[in-house]
Amino acid sequence: VLSLTVQPRCKIIRFILIQNRAGKTRLAKWYMQFDDDEKQKLIEEVHAVVTVRDAKHTNFVEFRNFKIIYRRYAGLYFCICVDVTDNNLAYLEAIHNFVEVLNEYFHNVCELDLVFNFYKVYTVVDEMFLAGEIRETSQTKVLKQLLMLQSLE
Amino acid sequence: IIMHEMIRVIRSARTQGEERGIIQRECADIRSQFRQGDNGERSHSLAKLLYVHMLGYPAHFGQMECVRLIASPRYSEKRIGYLGAMMLLDEKQDASLLITNSIKNDLSHSSQYVQSLALCTLACMGSAEMCRDLAPEIERLLRASHSYIKKKATLCAVHIIRKVPELAELFTPSARTLLSEKNHGVLHGAVVLITELCERNPDTLVQFRKAVPELVQIMKGLVTSSYSPEHNVAGISDPFLQVRILRLLRILGHNNDTASDAMNDLLAQVATNTDSSKTAGSAVLYETVLTIMDINSESGLRVLAVNILGRFLLNNDRNIRYISMTSLQKIVQTDHNAVQRHRGTIVDCLKDQDTSVKRRALELSLALVSAVNIRSMMKELLIFLSVCPPELRSQTASGIFNAAERYSPSKRWHIDTILHVLTTAGGDVRDETVPNLIQLITTASELHCYTVHKLYRALIKDIAQQSLVQVACWCIGEYGDLLLKGECEEIEPVQVTEDDILDALETVLQSHMSSPATRGFALTATMKLSTRITDNVDRIRSIVSIYGSCIDLELQQRAVEYNALFKKYDHMRAAVLERMPVMDKNSPGHTNGDTSGEIKEPDTSKPKPVEAGLLSEPASQVCDLLDLLGGTDTPLQPSPAPTSTPTTTSSADLLDLLGGLEIKPVPTVSVYEKNGLSLKIQCDKQTETEVTVTLIASNSTQNDITNFTLQAAVPKSVQLQMKAPSGNVIPAHGLGQVTQTVLLNNPNKASLPCFRFVQLSFLLN
Repeated sequence: VLSLTVQPRCKIIRFILIQNRAGKTRLAKWYMQFDDDEKQKLIEEVHAVVTVRDAKHTNFVEFRNFKIIYRRYAGLYFCICVDVTDNNLAYLEAIHNFVEVLNEYFHNVCELDLVFNFYKVYTVVDEMFLAGEIRETSQTKVLKQLLMLQSLE
Repeated sequence: IIMHEMIRVIRSARTQGEERGIIQRECADIRSQFRQGDNGERSHSLAKLLYVHMLGYPAHFGQMECVRLIASPRYSEKRIGYLGAMMLLDEKQDASLLITNSIKNDLSHSSQYVQSLALCTLACMGSAEMCRDLAPEIERLLRASHSYIKKKATLCAVHIIRKVPELAELFTPSARTLLSEKNHGVLHGAVVLITELCERNPDTLVQFRKAVPELVQIMKGLVTSSYSPEHNVAGISDPFLQVRILRLLRILGHNNDTASDAMNDLLAQVATNTDSSKTAGSAVLYETVLTIMDINSESGLRVLAVNILGRFLLNNDRNIRYISMTSLQKIVQTDHNAVQRHRGTIVDCLKDQDTSVKRRALELSLALVSAVNIRSMMKELLIFLSVCPPELRSQTASGIFNAAERYSPSKRWHIDTILHVLTTAGGDVRDETVPNLIQLITTASELHCYTVHKLYRALIKDIAQQSLVQVACWCIGEYGDLLLKGECEEIEPVQVTEDDILDALETVLQSHMSSPATRGFALTATMKLSTRITDNVDRIRSIVSIYGSCIDLELQQRAVEYNALFKKYDHMRAAVLERMPVMDKNSPGHTNGDTSGEIKEPDTSKPKPVEAGLLSEPASQVCDLLDLLGGTDTPLQPSPAPTSTPTTTSSADLLDLLGGLEIKPVPTVSVYEKNGLSLKIQCDKQTETEVTVTLIASNSTQNDITNFTLQAAVPKSVQLQMKAPSGNVIPAHGLGQVTQTVLLNNPNKASLPCFRFVQLSFLLN
């Protein structure tokens, strides 16, 4: 798939996905240009690759010519697709950071929170990631901003 | 209905069909809202549509709605509009251009939250055109505004540069000043921006080298500051920022002594002071190791880095073991001794349950095999072969063969090892294994008795592994007389009768598990035995005549010819079937083979597999010879900073090309295969004194190889004439080749094997 190769070794996040075990997408944030059917295909492939793994596997999967850093929280898989030369552990921490913010923001978040408030989840993502890079890592700062934004609604 | 209600209704659908029906109804509702509802209702409907879109249903009719809502003065409506734009619009849609103006206005909006929405959307889906239009605005925001906006603006700038690289110069000055920001978020964005600028433009990189001291200061502050609660993750102060700075330092220090010196102390400090008990610390340490390895660091620092990787190997967390091995793999050639110290742990990782960890451990283990540790390593590798997952078998088998080839302590050990592999994983080995093993066996003349006994026993135990059976049949045919003698120094004596041997061969001939090639081996072996046994020659005669009417054409032909050998040409039979001479591979680099003697004229009636053994030169063996000859083997690493000008220069590889000057047709042989570049030799013409070959080079990487030249050197007794090459650019993706004809003249008809060294030099972009 040509569009997955922007340039050789371009270190950006390709996409962030939150999926449940059944394969339903709870969030899909794309940082590169993909057609709709490519997006659908990618979602299916990621789901297939990630759900067969269990605790005795690493949190990194080689995927096409990139890799996926993922972590499972209850019934949800949080996946970030990055370049093969990227630092796996840093992104693993980024996922955890993100999940902790969600947890704080939604007060013990569960899957239904993400379903019914999906547009808010996008706001959280956009506060913490931008243009395929990690943007803000301080949980306190992010939460402060989110509350401000909420008050504007 | 309100959105939450809609979501509830959709989720309550019990079948896919029911869900589709609900969605259709809702979409119809949404469409009518778009047509006549007021702004508030329309934004609500758009939100519903976005949910429907997330479930995978088409939603393009909402695109214009996004455009309209973005232009609304109310924040909540703008917000949905922008979200919709990010989800439904992308560069390819025409509608995306329509929002450029709104974004422009919103970038100067009085509310920073509106500005932020605009920035976010631009950074997410901005096309090249939009980026060009709005770049000046972004640049202004970089300098003027509040840190909340600056953060987003820097990353938006990164996106713009990626879309329109020429605009990089616009952002360079501001990027520099941003380094003095105290706000972590802005600093992080600034570092990312500078990294992007440096990766794209080497001149900018030179410029930013001057910032190394400043970056070092910032890092020092992060590492030593005792407590920064906002950015603290598991006791590490903003590990994400640390990682990004380390990565930038890596790019700036690469291939530059001054810059590398300036960061030496800092790297040592980070490496020693960072607490690695949690993932965050390990992430920083890992990035530090990558940086140390990639710049011109002192050897003490490099040892420190390898030790960190070694510590990682002992970590309980599988993730950390995995990435440690990934890095060790890259440095095992250059820092071999340092990595050797951790061999034990690496071998233990072969037992890990995750296949990807196993694979890494296997590659590393194979790279660490040396003459000193060959016996213990081989034990581990053979154990691994018997339990490893099927997808790793063939790699393991080839790895074991290569290692045995290079470091066998003795011929017997070598033969034993190969036999072990064939019994365990015979189905996964390459085809050349059979002729290679046969050739090896013939050279170990003192072990013929031992070998044939071992093979015979393996054969009667199991005839399923074709490669093993083929070799066994060949040996029995060749050395059957030794088998009958019954005793052998190195193995307990077992009485074997002529009937036993013929039974074994006949079982192979008749079994449905035997492939046609295997049966060919068995038939020929049976025939050969007619000159080595005394009592049962009649039995052989009858077997051979039965197969004269076999359905398999190959077997039938052989049987008929052998029959003729019994009847009409019986006087020649003994000479034709006598013991074969020692087969020499023309390989001076063989560590345990003797390059003795010349090649005699082979009999034309010898069975085919033997000839194949003489002619094929497995590419992997030649590549191993590369290391043996101490060729300067700097692997072309994918540099972390892809630039548009060629930075990786040629690596002069010394290839030992082995060509014999016998009168035998040689097929096209592949002699070099590395990093996407492959070189083949094709023999065009051969006479008694002259050989003409064509060298064919092809390239399967993504980039063209330019300035490709070949040079060759030959021993004094041979004259070399190289014609002009067809070109010196090898196109990428295997789209073309470069060929060069070479004439070798050996006027003295010296029958020594001819060595030819070839030097490749090229530029890979």
